[in-house]
Amino acid sequence: MSRQNIFSLIYAQRGILLTFVIAALPLFLDRYWTDVFVSVGMYAMLALSLNVILGQAGIFHMGHAAFYAVGAYVTAILNTQMGIPVLWLIPVAGAAAALFALVVARPIIHLRGDYLLIVTIGIVEIVRIALINDIFGLTGGANGIFGISRPVLFGYRIKTALQFYYLVWGMVGLTVLCFWWLSHSRFGRALNCIKEDDVAAEGCGINVASLKLAAFVIGAFWAGMAGNLFAAKMTIISPGSFTFWESVIVFAVVILSGGSHTGVLLGTVLIVALPELFRDFADARMLVFGLAMMIMMVVRPQGLIPPMPRRYAHYLPKRRQASAKGDAA
Amino acid sequence: MTMNEFFQQLLNGLAVGGIYALVALGYTMVYGVLKLINFAHGDLFTMGAYFGFTLLVGCGLAGVLPPWMSIIAAMAVAMFLVAILGVILERAAYRPLRKANRLAAVVSALGASIMLQNAIMLIYGAKFYVYPEELRPSLVLDIFGVQTPIMRVIVIGVSTLLMVILYLFIHKTRMGTAIRAVAIDQGASRLMGINVDRVISLVFFLGAGLGGVAGVMVGMYYGQIDFTMGWNYGLKAFTAAILGGIGNIPGAMLGGLLLGVIEALGSAYLSMAWKDAIAFLVLILILIIRPTGLLGERVADKL
Repeated sequence: MSRQNIFSLIYAQRGILLTFVIAALPLFLDRYWTDVFVSVGMYAMLALSLNVILGQAGIFHMGHAAFYAVGAYVTAILNTQMGIPVLWLIPVAGAAAALFALVVARPIIHLRGDYLLIVTIGIVEIVRIALINDIFGLTGGANGIFGISRPVLFGYRIKTALQFYYLVWGMVGLTVLCFWWLSHSRFGRALNCIKEDDVAAEGCGINVASLKLAAFVIGAFWAGMAGNLFAAKMTIISPGSFTFWESVIVFAVVILSGGSHTGVLLGTVLIVALPELFRDFADARMLVFGLAMMIMMVVRPQGLIPPMPRRYAHYLPKRRQASAKGDAA
Repeated sequence: MTMNEFFQQLLNGLAVGGIYALVALGYTMVYGVLKLINFAHGDLFTMGAYFGFTLLVGCGLAGVLPPWMSIIAAMAVAMFLVAILGVILERAAYRPLRKANRLAAVVSALGASIMLQNAIMLIYGAKFYVYPEELRPSLVLDIFGVQTPIMRVIVIGVSTLLMVILYLFIHKTRMGTAIRAVAIDQGASRLMGINVDRVISLVFFLGAGLGGVAGVMVGMYYGQIDFTMGWNYGLKAFTAAILGGIGNIPGAMLGGLLLGVIEALGSAYLSMAWKDAIAFLVLILILIIRPTGLLGERVADKL
């Protein structure tokens, strides 16, 4: 068996193993921990979508909560005012967030690293203030919107933590598949190229601005869908759920994880679920969280599980593949 | 709205702007030498406010000294303590990462910010504190017919004084020259015999110290402090630093004052509820229209 096949086998095995672990996990969890892992799943979706923007394209984006908020509020408004079923609204929420991202990111996409970071923080704050001020008379001000209906799937009403667990993690699985494919596509390679050196990328004929914008829009689409699930799970949403702090958590997950999909899942569990273990030391746990972030960056700045280096042999034609292997040997 | 109220708002804006400017100086100096957004700076500022409170109330400084002296003493001691804290922060969180990529330093800064904020919460508890009313001068001055609380004048005066001192320090002393040199080119400064590590420590000392004083002044001006206020002031001050052109010291002063005035007038004439959004709108507009900031073109005079 060639080395290539062994690698893809390990990849597939890891995926299957993870799927089994996630599917079987609720057997060992009580209601509280199932709930915790539902929110882990939602954060995982957010982090995976931010990973496209931050991890793959290297755009310093700390405003992901804004897109999450747009998705959640669009869901809540359309559901409570027009009675459209929540699950039908998943693509609508995504599209709304993507459109919002397109409009906001268009003028700022050319900004350099830190400047972009601070502008995206500004966007989250403006969105939050707009929600508090009951913009267009639709968002319900500081109290938010309540009475969002439960999702109905094939006639089953999803309301227990366990049902949500499978719904959310099903979506996470779908997300991983889509983004795995995306990261191995021409588009994903182009994003990596931009991350490493955007001038060189431009030189290679990559349209840097439009691809960065595309990464933003895709990431926002997924964040909007995560927002939809959040609204469905909570049935009440308010501006307090979409603070800058949420963006920081997701940002930290992506950086700590290193950028691979397995890494992001592991990172989300560590950052979202681990602090729950220390509920008893409720006050001190955020202090430890901050300290851990610092230590982590000092000890392992590349993150927990950085993506494996790309293997290019199979992109070459058969004949040259053989000779490339010959060189390596 | 009358002229009188306009001038009141203008002075209010200058007072708040002076505080923003002091905090912004910390951001801009650190950015000048390290190209790093020191996210923990806002929390150092909060630390200053709490140290000031402890000195005045907890240590009973107010009982021993006459009010104005106790305030000056509290400001000076808080400044020094926060400055030391800033140096320690740099040692622990940023120095090990100087060779790593920039993102790692940003995350470390965020971690430091979260840690400091929660340390304050653990020590003082999750509630707001009120600066002693009897210490806050309540005299109202009449300047050309404009009613002005004396606290406003003091805040404007102290922040202006500190900014002038800093400006002179940066431009007239050897250490200031060293800071400017490191901001332009670290490698070349090292070759010229400048101890770059010490200069960076000095920058953190100065920046954090100014932030600490600003914290005490917020306590004196508004009378109320809480452990989460660092985020808001930090973001505003950072906006101010960008407004003036980040890395540029006079720019941070100008940006701070300008932002304070824009915010005060905006909240008076447009809408109180959108006050915080105004600052960020200004930030986004300035970055789209003029990303180098107002004074950003003076690259040779950077920092």
